[in-house]
Parts: sequence; C-alpha cells; structure tokens
Amino acid sequence: MTSSAVLQAINGTSLAALLFLLASGFTLTFGLLRVVNMAHGAYYLLGGYVGLTVAERTGSFALAILGGGASIVVLGYLIDRFLIRHTGDNHLAQVLLTVGVAFVIGDVSLAVWGGDSLKVPVPVALRGAMELPGGLVYPTYRFVLILFGILVGAALWILYRKTQIGAVVRAGVDDREQVSATGINIDRLFALVSALASFLAGMAGVVGGAFLTLYPGADWEILVVALVVVIVGGLGSLEGAMLGALIVGLLDAYGRWLLPEFSYFVLFGPMAVLLLVRPRGIFGRDV
Amino acid sequence: MSEPLLRVREIHTYYGDSYVLQGVSLELHEGRIVAILGRNGMGKTTLIRSVAGLTPPRRGDVIFKGRPLRDQPPYAIAQQGMAIVPQGRRIFRSLSVRENLLLPTSRLARPAAGAGARRTRWDLDGILEEFPQLAERIDHPGGTLSGGEQQMLAVGRALMANPDLILMDEPSEGLAPLLVRQIERIMQSVRKHGHSILLVEQNFELAMSVADHIHVLASGRFVFQGTPGALSREGEVLDHHLGVSGRR
Repeated sequence: MTSSAVLQAINGTSLAALLFLLASGFTLTFGLLRVVNMAHGAYYLLGGYVGLTVAERTGSFALAILGGGASIVVLGYLIDRFLIRHTGDNHLAQVLLTVGVAFVIGDVSLAVWGGDSLKVPVPVALRGAMELPGGLVYPTYRFVLILFGILVGAALWILYRKTQIGAVVRAGVDDREQVSATGINIDRLFALVSALASFLAGMAGVVGGAFLTLYPGADWEILVVALVVVIVGGLGSLEGAMLGALIVGLLDAYGRWLLPEFSYFVLFGPMAVLLLVRPRGIFGRDV
Repeated sequence: MSEPLLRVREIHTYYGDSYVLQGVSLELHEGRIVAILGRNGMGKTTLIRSVAGLTPPRRGDVIFKGRPLRDQPPYAIAQQGMAIVPQGRRIFRSLSVRENLLLPTSRLARPAAGAGARRTRWDLDGILEEFPQLAERIDHPGGTLSGGEQQMLAVGRALMANPDLILMDEPSEGLAPLLVRQIERIMQSVRKHGHSILLVEQNFELAMSVADHIHVLASGRFVFQGTPGALSREGEVLDHHLGVSGRR
C-alpha cells in the first residue's frame, strides 16, 4: 500500500513535469500577448510526430527534441503572424480560430503519420527500470523526465525572474503600452516569447510521446489537462503553472489509482471548488 | 532662432469617435519647460499621447529634432530621445524599483545613436543620489510604493533613458503639497541637467513657477499662449478656463 502510494506520487510528478512543459508556454503567451492559443495541444502532437520522424531517421533523441521544438517554432510564428495577429484582443475569435487551426493540424498529422498509436524511441540508457532508494523499481525514462522538468522549470524561472529580458516580459504583462513608451519594441518581445512557448510545446510532444504515445486525439486530451493546470495555477503565472502541474499530475495519478471510474471528476471537481474560492486561480490576478 | 527640439504643427487627434485636439500647434526649444494648463477633459493627456505616438494625430505633424514622427510606433519615437512620465505614474507594479529603473537600459530598448549624447548620462547610481527615497526601497516591488515614491520612480525611470525631451502628464496629481514642491525642485534640477520638459498640469502654481512658456487648452484648442507673467495678467483666461481668478 505505502509503496504503491509512493509509486503514484512519482507517477504524478512525472506527468506534472510533462504538463508543466506544455502549460508554461501557454500561460506565458497568455500573460504577455493576451492570446488564448487553443492550438497548443496540436502543437504538442505535431511536435511529437516530427520528433518521432527525426528520431527514426537519425537515431538521436536529443535531435528529436530539438527538431520537434524547432518545427513548432516555425509553424507557431507563421500562425501568429498571419492568423492570430488579425484577431486583436478578441478572445472569442482567437479561440475559434485556433481551435480550427488545431483541427487542421490534427487532420494533416493523421494523413501523414496515420491513426496508430506511435511511440517516440528513447535512448537505450533511458529504457528499462531503475531501483530507487528504498527498493522501489521505477521506469528510468519517467524518472529522468522529472529531473528534466525540474531543470527546465528552474531555467525558465531564472530567465523570467532574474534576467533583464525576463523583467521586460513581466513589465509587458503589467502594462504593454508603457513598455513600448519606454522604447521597447514590444512586437519583437512577443515574437521571442511566442517562439519560446512554441518550442516548449513541440518539445513536450517529443518527451510525452515517448511514454504516453502519439495518436489522433492525444492533442485534445493533453490540451484539456494543460488548461486545467493553467486555470488552477492562474493564467499568466509561471509559478502557477509549476504548482498547477504538480497538483493536476498528482490528482490524476491518485485518481486513477483510488477512484479509477471517477478519474475525470477527481480532476475537474477540485478545480471547480478552487474556482469558487479563487476565481483567478492560485497565483492569478486581474488582467 | 534655431530649430526647436519639438514642433507640433496643427494636429487633430481623435480618441475613438470624439474629436479631441482640434488644430493645436506649439514649439519647445532645447532646455525649456513648456506647460499646458487646462481643466479636466480639455485634451491635455491626448496632447501628450499624440506627441509620444500612443494616440497618433489624424492630421498635422509632430516634428522632433527636425524629423517628422508620422507613422512611427511609440518605441521608435522613444528611442529617438523622448521619455514619458505618464498620468497615474504607471509603474510596473510587479517589477522591483531597481528593475523599473533599469528597464529603459534593456538591450531591447537601445536608443538611436547620438540620442542624449550631449549631457549628463544618468545611471542607476546617479538616479539613487537624486532620489534617495528610492535607494531605500530598491528591492521592493513597484506596486508597494507610496504615491510620492511612485512619482519619483516614474521620473527616475524616464531619466534613465537619457532623453532629450521628457513628457510629464500631471506629475502633481494626488500628491501632498510638500511632495508637489519636491516635484517642482526635481523639474528645475532636470532642466539644469539639460533635459527639456513638456508638462501637462492642473496645478496652476506649479506650472506658473517652473514653466518658461504656458499654453492654456480649452476644448481642444489653445486659448492662450505666452509667458507665465503674461498669463497672470489675463483675467478672462484665468477666470474662464482655469478658475483661478479668485486667488489672484
């Protein structure tokens, strides 16, 4: 019983690491650009597929991650520049537009990669299981994923909280107009943050595709869970995405274990209760 | 006379559907303070926003250092040597005082070559010497500062860009008389350092004491322009447009 509980904690944390990769980009683009990009799930899936192809051709997992991320940076830039830009501050238009984009990406992916469940191959060193302190045996890959998530989270946090470029981004979240009146080209800043978010989403697809597998519909499944993360943590907050991912990851793991027939309720029930108390999420504030 | 630092020529500016500035012209020479007085809703803030490119005029020209600013985005205008101390201060509340001050020095805000080259270069130490209150709060979030401290920070942030021209939109708003006098001293000191100021104010005494030249704005047009001395003799303007005749 206790070892199962510990196992579920590690399961939940490794899912949290993946969710954080996806949710951090989503929440930062919303915070700064005020753009609700529902294609984030499709970015995840497509990034995963591209990474899969790169991994199969080159045999390199690192190149797969880079390729998956980079391909979404290019695609995301084009979608921002030629589609989302025209919606201005109209969130409803953004939601409809990006849901449409997500369907197109999903269908194209289906045509290219087919309807089977595909798994991104991981390096030999990350296959199999490892023994954790206390005698627990756990899949190596998912354990390394936790470390990777912590690493990316720490890097993002330092970038956001401790560097000058991060200060400019936070200033942009506070007051966009005053940032441009300070002499800062806000469009260039938006493009930078948007590229970072796209890269994170594409990378998440590769990393997630190696244990959750890639299949048509995976884009929407992960998007819904990532949205819960963002809403629970508070839209626009990096720290919120961290805490939200951990809460959702753990709820999901324990929900599937203890109340398998209610696993969706275990996710959405607490979210509804939280929103009653804190309508803007844990770290949310008025925007 | 030499080419003015700023020349506003017959600008017409709309705010949404309302026709706010109805043909306004002014000149500001290097090292001078020009004040715009007028009651609420007369278009003072819109004038500042028109100059800064935040609400571009539909007709007319803003010419800065001899170059028209037409169709340039606010950041490009700022990089040519213009900084704004906006109405309501608009401090970045989640940034520390230090981060607020350093923002204009970000690589993303690199000013055009030659801007502000002729005078004192402001840096963090210089600003903290000028505004000792800020030194004590240097690592506090901007949002936790008092109104007076926020105003000092807004001025300090503008100076950090080493601008030729500072646009100040009601710096005395909501401040106690003691702090208004500090603002006055700061403006005089800023001018001594070679910056020019376009000041928009409702505080009659403040504008009269610091400005070299005053314009009175009423319903989108200037109804007076001249020196503070000349304005003090214009009983009609004072009474009608500024409501200060009783005190003169």
